[in-house]
Amino acid sequence: MNMNESISRAADNSDETVMSAQEPEAETRREDIKVEEGKTVGVPYADDPKFKLRNVEVFYGEDRAIKDISLDIARNEVISFIGPSGCGKSTFLRCLNRMNDSIDICRVKGQLMLDDEDIYHSKKDVVELRARVGMVFQKPNPFPKSIYDNVAYGPRIHGLANRKSDLDEIVENSLRKAGLWDEVKDRLDATATGMSGGQQQRLCIARAIAVSPEVILMDEPCSALDPIATAKVEELISEMSETYTIVIVTHSMQQAARVSHRTAYFHLGHLVEVNETTKVFTSPEHELTESYITGRFG
Amino acid sequence: MQTANLLPLVLVLAVVAYGLAFMRSRAVAAPLGGIRNLKALPFYYAARAALWSAIPALVVLAAWAGFEGKVIQGIVIASLPQDVWPESAGQASLILSQISNVAAGKLNPDFVPEHIAGAAGLLETLREQSRTFKAILVLLIAVLGAAFAWSRVAPHINARESVERTLRRIFFVCAAVAVLTTVGIVFSVIFETVRFFGRVPITEFLFGTSWSPQTALRADQVGSDGAFGMIPLFTGTLLISAIALLVAVPVGLLSAIYLSEYATKRVRATVKPLMEMLAGVPTVVYGFFAALTVAPFIRDLAEMIGLEASSQSALAAGLVMGVMIIPFVSSLSDDVINAVPQTLRDGSLALGATQSETMKNVIFPAALPGIIGGILLAASRAIGETMIVVMAAGLAANLTANPLDSVTTVTVQIATLLVGDQEFDSAKTLSAFALGMMLFVVTLLLNVIALKIVRKYREQYD
Repeated sequence: MNMNESISRAADNSDETVMSAQEPEAETRREDIKVEEGKTVGVPYADDPKFKLRNVEVFYGEDRAIKDISLDIARNEVISFIGPSGCGKSTFLRCLNRMNDSIDICRVKGQLMLDDEDIYHSKKDVVELRARVGMVFQKPNPFPKSIYDNVAYGPRIHGLANRKSDLDEIVENSLRKAGLWDEVKDRLDATATGMSGGQQQRLCIARAIAVSPEVILMDEPCSALDPIATAKVEELISEMSETYTIVIVTHSMQQAARVSHRTAYFHLGHLVEVNETTKVFTSPEHELTESYITGRFG
Repeated sequence: MQTANLLPLVLVLAVVAYGLAFMRSRAVAAPLGGIRNLKALPFYYAARAALWSAIPALVVLAAWAGFEGKVIQGIVIASLPQDVWPESAGQASLILSQISNVAAGKLNPDFVPEHIAGAAGLLETLREQSRTFKAILVLLIAVLGAAFAWSRVAPHINARESVERTLRRIFFVCAAVAVLTTVGIVFSVIFETVRFFGRVPITEFLFGTSWSPQTALRADQVGSDGAFGMIPLFTGTLLISAIALLVAVPVGLLSAIYLSEYATKRVRATVKPLMEMLAGVPTVVYGFFAALTVAPFIRDLAEMIGLEASSQSALAAGLVMGVMIIPFVSSLSDDVINAVPQTLRDGSLALGATQSETMKNVIFPAALPGIIGGILLAASRAIGETMIVVMAAGLAANLTANPLDSVTTVTVQIATLLVGDQEFDSAKTLSAFALGMMLFVVTLLLNVIALKIVRKYREQYD
């Protein structure tokens, strides 16, 4: 993994003062622990990254949900975002394929580059971006169509198959990669909403894979699943990491520990610490990270 | 005392009972250490007293008012000498009206036979007695009911349950009123329809292609044999409804899609109430808009391109009716489109679909059952609409598919058949009931289908 040798230390690129009056909650709740805006401890940067994100800020109306975050996401790495609810990890994730566009009051500032292309450039084709950066949601959301049509949806929209046989092949491959083929090959015409929750989520993964994305974003993909289905999805994530760059938001620290190479800890819109997963869970550098993973708050 | 005076008096008694029971329950509770030692709150003891005071009294009052007239009439008729007893119901009502006219002083007693004058005296006395008895009985029951409830204010008696039970029954009666009214309407229509089919064969009514509901007053009258074929009316109804739906479905649906998917919050908040105002315009206003503005415009336009159009056309009525039902389609469609979960939209957008692709491939299919339900409701509204058609499409029962011709509809014919002074035993007036029955069956079917579809849709997402 190239990211391991090429990760540089976080530069202190912020000269703002510690904990301005904007975050009274953090002051009062965690008086002894300070977060410096824009300062992230650990290893947030990589050489030749897939995503190069600099000074990202997200506003909901007047509300500043993401506060000056800089991060690189390396090629073919699995990075997990952890942190208490409302810390901005999902918001940040949704910037990566511009899913925040559909929220009227949401504004994104800063530099977000995918392979040196500006994601938020005014001429950027969102359709092409989302074909390259797929997404799997918290709640399985198969369309109320057949299993086949669910997987074929993306390829049809993007014109990936000229013949029916091509489409069949894409559907079969995607379902195989999602580990679902053997379970559903005899009932591809059945309605997807009739499947179990775990199957539905793997179908959603197959659906995302079918358009051959380079990156897959996962927003708490297992939070609605039972432990067995969760294990299957996690296994799948490990297999997929050979082909795709995966960004996963999770509330389960065990899950982050099991599947990801690096882990990023978010706190009230700040990116507090990014480090190799083993380091985050064994010897975190920042006090906030430590208190979170040891369960002292959050 | 008159019923109208008795009613408020009973209510006043109930209020008094409420107050007394309330105070007594507090008084009973005080030595025990507060109202928490009662089985129920003071309100329940008070409400029970009010209910027990008012309900039996009102029931007796209603029953008395309902039967009073019949009973008195029976006694009066029976008091007449044997030789003048009425032989038929008609004769009886004649005699009775004579008697009551004398009693009311409209008819001089000297001009009528002696037995009538005597009966009038009896009628007056009976009415007087009935009023007195009624007042005494009703007030007595109200007071007794209140007194009984008052005596039952005790810490160990749970008034809450009996109040709840009574309230449940009152709610049930209210619900039953709506249902029974519908049943009553259906039965009255069925009854007259059967009478109609006694005069005109059902096959002629269902399959006849000519509608001209005249019946002879004299045997030698010209054109006296009426024709009761409903086909021209139903084709007229279908033609106008089809035109209306052709206008309302595309416009309503597309505006619903715009409002729910594309419009910003502010536009939506302004446009949606404005569109719903269309539904608030009285149909008679639509009617004269159609008759005075749209119909002449269509006639002129048709003449300009060399077509012949009558000044009252199915097209004019259909277009305006279409505008009228736009809010039905758009409002219901907007609701079901909004009910499609956001996660489905996100799922489609995240796969790189554009907004219109998402609409076409995911949201529309998911919302389709609900949209169809909305369209069917709009259709049954269009079929039942009368005013616009009366004014804009005419009364001529033409069997035609040409929208520029004047046609008529089932509802318009029902209205014209029953307007004015009519005898209620001719085939002409009875045919209105048969038409109403047919219309009822058709709209009922449409509503049942619409409800089924909507229900199926609900199961999918709940």
